[in-house]
Amino acid sequence: MQRPEPRDEVEMLALMLLIRRFEERASQQYQAQKIGGFCHLYIGQEAVVVGAIAAVRDDDYVITAYRDHAHALARGTSADACMAELFGKETGCSRGLGGSMHFFDRSRHMYGGHAIVGAHVPLAAGMAFASKYRTEDRVTLCFFGDGAINQGSFHEALNLIALFKLPVVLICENNLFAMGTSVKRSTSLKQIVDRAEGYDIPGEIVDGMNFREVRDKLAEIVCSIRKDPHPAFVEIRTYRYRGHSMSDPASYRTKDELEKYRLDDPITRLRAQLTREGKLTNEKFDQIDKHAKETVLAAVKFAEKSPELPLERLYDYTYVNSVVAGVSPAKSKESAADTAATTR
Amino acid sequence: MREITYRQALNEALAEELERDPNVFLMGEEVAEYNGAYKVSQGLLERFGPKRIIDTPISENGFAGLGVGAAMVGLRPIIEFMTFSFSLVAFDQVVNNAPNMFTMSGGQFNIPITFRGPNGPAHQLGATHSHATEPIYANAPGLKVCTPATPRDAKGLLKTAVRDDNPVLVLEAELLYSSKGMVEPPDEELLIPLGEAEVKREGSDVSIICYAQTVRLALAVAAQLEDEDISAEIVDLRSIKPLDERAIFDSVAKTHRVVIVEQDRPFCGVGAEVCYRIQKNIFDELDAPIVRVSQEDVPMPYNERLEKAVLPNADKLIAAVKKVCYA
Ligand SMILES: Cc1ncc(C[n+]2csc(CCOP(=O)(O)OP(=O)(O)O)c2C)c(N)n1
Repeated sequence: MQRPEPRDEVEMLALMLLIRRFEERASQQYQAQKIGGFCHLYIGQEAVVVGAIAAVRDDDYVITAYRDHAHALARGTSADACMAELFGKETGCSRGLGGSMHFFDRSRHMYGGHAIVGAHVPLAAGMAFASKYRTEDRVTLCFFGDGAINQGSFHEALNLIALFKLPVVLICENNLFAMGTSVKRSTSLKQIVDRAEGYDIPGEIVDGMNFREVRDKLAEIVCSIRKDPHPAFVEIRTYRYRGHSMSDPASYRTKDELEKYRLDDPITRLRAQLTREGKLTNEKFDQIDKHAKETVLAAVKFAEKSPELPLERLYDYTYVNSVVAGVSPAKSKESAADTAATTR
Repeated sequence: MREITYRQALNEALAEELERDPNVFLMGEEVAEYNGAYKVSQGLLERFGPKRIIDTPISENGFAGLGVGAAMVGLRPIIEFMTFSFSLVAFDQVVNNAPNMFTMSGGQFNIPITFRGPNGPAHQLGATHSHATEPIYANAPGLKVCTPATPRDAKGLLKTAVRDDNPVLVLEAELLYSSKGMVEPPDEELLIPLGEAEVKREGSDVSIICYAQTVRLALAVAAQLEDEDISAEIVDLRSIKPLDERAIFDSVAKTHRVVIVEQDRPFCGVGAEVCYRIQKNIFDELDAPIVRVSQEDVPMPYNERLEKAVLPNADKLIAAVKKVCYA
């Protein structure tokens, strides 16, 4: 079956850098109190989402948990729209109504941004169910953390996905911690990938600090799913450099552990590979990095000057206007929004 | 018009919508090979095949969520809960995912899904199987909730629900599946708007506001009250959300006295909201304080005599009517 054109690796490196610079800038803006709520950064995990996206088509479905800025950026949502969402602005990818944990971009097949741990895995089952129902060869990429694998919704969804042979790649981004709880303290398995075995879903372990390994493994899996719809599970081993969210100093792990992973940094690694092969010069790298920094700085400016959704439109996004043919609109009474607004 | 059962009416609605739109599918426990726990989906597997009538394992959260995901990418799922008491293990999908998606995505993803199944206390099923979930779900912005009381309303509301582009809950009345009523013939399209109450009986002395299983009770009581020269108007809400305020206010403006009889529990129940809106908007029309008749505020007992004591009944309703009429 058709594999997508191999994506240019220097471009993929640029995407990883954009994600990192975006997250660093988000961190700074959070501290400056320009961003509210919870904010979870992806720094250290860039090769996972970029490797996976490099292996699929633009029309494949992507859905993830709340550590989602990178997934939108990797899908091509602009840094402007992402930063504006963090700022709660109307120009944000969810109009400022979703926030950090709820990034959506329909046109790029990015189906969120879901903040209830494990709750989006059944949604992924539904998206893949729809592909199969319509006999499309789309694949659904469902990302989740190691913390999700003990949740009921995850187990129910895995059984349904396996039972109905749905075209989903279940991607566990194992960064070793769910907030402050290490996998060892949460999970009765030697390795996470064994969860898949219980549902007869083939599983593999992938080095998430190695872009090429992620991409190649995913490409192989996706190719086989397109031929014949079925699920697959990958445990991608990675690490987040920052705390769980902005408010977490991550005192539950050692500096040494963090240093060990930093030395294996996915961006440094791909850069070294490309440099060694003569595909990238230091000059070119600096240029890419400069561009990434400028892009996110411009995104901050864009977000700052963007308008907020006007108060008058507060009720516009609760119900979609739904006119059912044959039901007289004159008779159908005011919407719940109207009644709430008028009588409260 | 012809007389059919509530169950048949729902079955016709499902068949007609499945026939009309290939994006519609029915999924739930025992809906296909078993023909439905309450036989609402009788014959649908045979007619539409296993691609569209889909049995699931006992995984309410899983298949409710599957429905929401399928709706995000353009299908129109009908998800059957064997009863809405079991929807509570899918609460997160029904309340957190289905109605929030449209807002959280800034209007990019509406969720055209129908959740349906029996709701409300049946007969001696005990506390876990007797939930009236309407006030719980009506509290979630983004959901629509309807509660048909007759075969005609069941058919018309379910068909509209399937065509609505928002998540809609069709709370069927477990005790009414075998009840009969007049319904338009199948070749006449029957759609009943969500958010439109119906006056099931005209009257002038008191408005009895009811829905679902309490409509029959209210109609029976109204007939009895006639002998005592009390003329009761029966307003069937049909939809809990959106709520047809106009119909309620029109009736109250006519009778000036109100009893609300509801199948749920009193605390934060549907009647509390209706009551609030009446006094807030047309307080001057009231000649007496509003009285509510609901379940007692206890988990449902199994014991038959105690269960009867918990539920609204004719004696309680008559007493309430007499109270507001100072009779
Ligand atoms: C159902 C639910 N319970 C608890 C939380 C609070 N919470 C948010 S993130 C998180 C840890 C999840 O960790 P993991 O799935 O490994 O993802 P990671 O943070 O590593 O990306 C917890 C407990 C939640 N959002 N949802």
